[in-house]
Amino acid sequence: MAGKVKWVTDIEKSVLVNNFEKRGWVQVTDNEDWNFYWMSIQTIRNVFSVDTGYRLSDDQMVNHFPNHYELTRKDLMIKNIKRYRKELEKESSPLAEKDENGKYLYLDFVPVTFMLPADYNLFVEEFRKSPSSTWIMKPCGKAQGKGIFLINKLSQIKKWSRDSRTSTFMAANSGKEAYVISLYIDNPLLIGGKKFDLRLYVLVTTYRPLKCYMYKLGFCRFCTVKYTPSTSELDNMFVHLTNVAIQKHGDDYNPVHGGKWTVNNLRLYLESTRGKEVTNHLFDQIHWIVVQSLKAVAPVMINDKHCFECYGYDIIIDDKLKPWLIEVNASPSLTSSTANDRILKYNLINDTLNIVAPNGEIPDCRWNRSPPKEVLGNYQVLYDEEQAMSENTERDLRSRSGQSLGSKSTKSASVRPVTATWK
Amino acid sequence: MDEGTEISVTIAQVVQRLRGTHLHSQLEKQAKECLHRPEIKLESLKEDVRNFLRASGWERKLQNAVYRELHILPPPAHPAASPEHTKEPLEYMRKAQACWEKRILKSLNSMCTELGVPLARKRPVAEQRHLTNKWNEMGTDEPDLSKFRPVYAPKDFLEVLISLKNPNHDCSEGLTARSHWGLIQISLNIRDIPQMREAYPELSLNRGQLGIDDHAHVPPDLFESEHLRIGKKVLSEQDSAAAQQYSRQGCPTGLRAQLWALILNATNEPEDIMHYEQLKAAVIHHDLLVDNLIYKDVKLTASNDDYYFVFEDFLYQVLLCFSRDTAVLEHFSYNSATPPKSYIQGKSGAEEFAVVYPPNGVIPFHGFSMYVAPLCFLYNEPSKLYSVFREMYVRYFFRLHSISSSPSGIVSLCLQFERLLQTHLPQLFYHLQDIGAQPLRIAFKWMVRAFSGYLSTDQLLLLWDRILGYECLEIVAVLAAAVFTFRAENLMEVTSLASAEAVLADLSTLKVIPLLQIFLFATDI
Repeated sequence: MAGKVKWVTDIEKSVLVNNFEKRGWVQVTDNEDWNFYWMSIQTIRNVFSVDTGYRLSDDQMVNHFPNHYELTRKDLMIKNIKRYRKELEKESSPLAEKDENGKYLYLDFVPVTFMLPADYNLFVEEFRKSPSSTWIMKPCGKAQGKGIFLINKLSQIKKWSRDSRTSTFMAANSGKEAYVISLYIDNPLLIGGKKFDLRLYVLVTTYRPLKCYMYKLGFCRFCTVKYTPSTSELDNMFVHLTNVAIQKHGDDYNPVHGGKWTVNNLRLYLESTRGKEVTNHLFDQIHWIVVQSLKAVAPVMINDKHCFECYGYDIIIDDKLKPWLIEVNASPSLTSSTANDRILKYNLINDTLNIVAPNGEIPDCRWNRSPPKEVLGNYQVLYDEEQAMSENTERDLRSRSGQSLGSKSTKSASVRPVTATWK
Repeated sequence: MDEGTEISVTIAQVVQRLRGTHLHSQLEKQAKECLHRPEIKLESLKEDVRNFLRASGWERKLQNAVYRELHILPPPAHPAASPEHTKEPLEYMRKAQACWEKRILKSLNSMCTELGVPLARKRPVAEQRHLTNKWNEMGTDEPDLSKFRPVYAPKDFLEVLISLKNPNHDCSEGLTARSHWGLIQISLNIRDIPQMREAYPELSLNRGQLGIDDHAHVPPDLFESEHLRIGKKVLSEQDSAAAQQYSRQGCPTGLRAQLWALILNATNEPEDIMHYEQLKAAVIHHDLLVDNLIYKDVKLTASNDDYYFVFEDFLYQVLLCFSRDTAVLEHFSYNSATPPKSYIQGKSGAEEFAVVYPPNGVIPFHGFSMYVAPLCFLYNEPSKLYSVFREMYVRYFFRLHSISSSPSGIVSLCLQFERLLQTHLPQLFYHLQDIGAQPLRIAFKWMVRAFSGYLSTDQLLLLWDRILGYECLEIVAVLAAAVFTFRAENLMEVTSLASAEAVLADLSTLKVIPLLQIFLFATDI
């Protein structure tokens, strides 16, 4: 071993610092030589920018891909997924199969979404097809529930575009702030009468070939207020948004559990009330949409060998137990809201570091990216393109269109985590 | 009484209890209707009707109903014995229970007076309407509960159990070392490990178990798949007795809700739903003082629990209805406790103005809502959840806060726990006692709640599978002793009650079934 890893971070979170210190790594500033930089997405922009950027050497690692926003910006993710579907369709891939209503059988996993103002006409056309539906407006570049609102009338959106054009703040930005508008999932699965979403952590170590890992300890985030789909509650954001950042302002926020429920609880509840088969099917579908979303962006992602990334996936499950991908976060919050949260996030970082910086030694970006099973911790291999390629490619297509996902029990999935059917 | 008379007394009792039930009228109706069928012949009428009822599943329903009655019926007493005797044969236990009830009631009444809150009042119409609208989100209505305090907490109850004395047993002489050791001063007939090995053969090392043999590293075809297949068969047969036997080796998660309902014969027929709706109406019409205690308890326990906070509203929907359910009163015929009475205003002491309060006769204590909370993982319909909980309560949970000599009663559990530790881990017991950390002071809270809120939910459900399977709470005491055994090494190093408590503070990582199995079948005896 050639010495100690020198680390830098611009996110002073104890779950990070404790993990670095545990490994005996040495903190330096970003002006010095460093090996490992856990940085915010603002910083990564500079590291890789044409003007200010610099060449990373072989012993340097960073926690973002240069253009991660292809996945983590709401508008770009949608664009990439739409493009991915079209390509598969062009290749007449069985994955792009559609049902009699023209909906994709396997690729219909994001709510119908449009960019605003660019796709305004397309949106209006869609809106008129089902005028009673509710839509959710989100600014493309913001996180943690900021700037989000719901609409159910076209007049509201007209008012918004008028207001945003005239407001001085927006004028300064020359109206640059783009929004996406998505069909609101108005039949979410409720537990104890409450709405929730899922936060899952996914680690990607390379996009080409794609290698990704699912963290087993995700959690559900519950709304503190009872869910009512009624439009009178449209303004009460606590009903609709599950972000802790938002929920913390609700009166009923509980600091002991923080409105968070483990995925294991969710599984136990669903298996007990709905049965094992449908529960397994749901979780298989969730894994499927994560892999598909990553495959959708893989071709455009700059697969820089110094990079890895740990994403926060937000998923909503509807009352028919269909999961919907809502968005992907490039810098999932490392703030701990409860004691359990702290343990979870500490372990998340620990397991992540064990994979991307084997043995806590000075990283070598040319590493083979095939960590031994023992270091995975709470991660499980979600998809390994390299391994999948080497396996029989014919079988997957057959089983994909045959019994497809759900049939597989979790047990067999945990024994052989790489489900060969996901291509 | 010889066996023959005993059986006929029991049969008479069961017939008496089932007569006039909804099931009875349904059976009659079915029998009448089937007379029109071609296969029913006049010459073999009795036989044919019987065959019809068997084939159409009604006989099984009757069987399950009889089975349920057999569960809750006390063993037939001597004809000369008083009803009191059926409740609890030992007089000093009865007295202690009565005395304890008096204390609780007094505390409830004084709270009533101090706060100027009536025991019950009719809600004004506007409030009724408000509550109807809020029924599904009672948790969001935060009444000011700061003045209310739980009537009692488990540790108050423990003090009462510690002070129990058998007046027929002279403690001053002939003390054995053992009787000085523990906190429980009386003697009851409890089982030792060899006896329990006979009683729990399904838990032995060579038998398949859910909670062990469904582990990810065990191939499912060794046990799990076959067990699942049998479970489905048991459900299709709708046989309570078979379901109960099955549950001893654990219920598969996906079948548990149905299996438990079958074991308990807790149906969700239109009349059950109607019963629940009536209780709901009763809650909406009247406000009770105990409602505040229920609110307070849920807020203090389940609402802060990582597993159960999600179900806060379900808990109100079950517990408030439970407090109004006079059908619960029936269980006082075999419970050593007696429902508390209150008097209509100004008529204090006049028997003809006495009413049971609360209507179900059960005053909730701190932690009561944890009896319901785990069931929320199994049933997402309030009426179904309610009927399963009520049946669990009148069969098992009431024993955890009544003073009695029943083998499932809390006194026996305490004694069982202390004896097991004294016999099999004497050094540990002595050490803890020596540093002032009496093991029972730590384990008591676990046992009063049948471990609800202490174990992770999946493990708790595996434990409750066995409670239902063996229709006995004894296993709870065994688990408490097994937990001490499992952490014995750490406990031997502690030097204070606080540090002993710290060692045992988090039980959420424990695997219940291996602990039980090892303690029962791999301990040296």
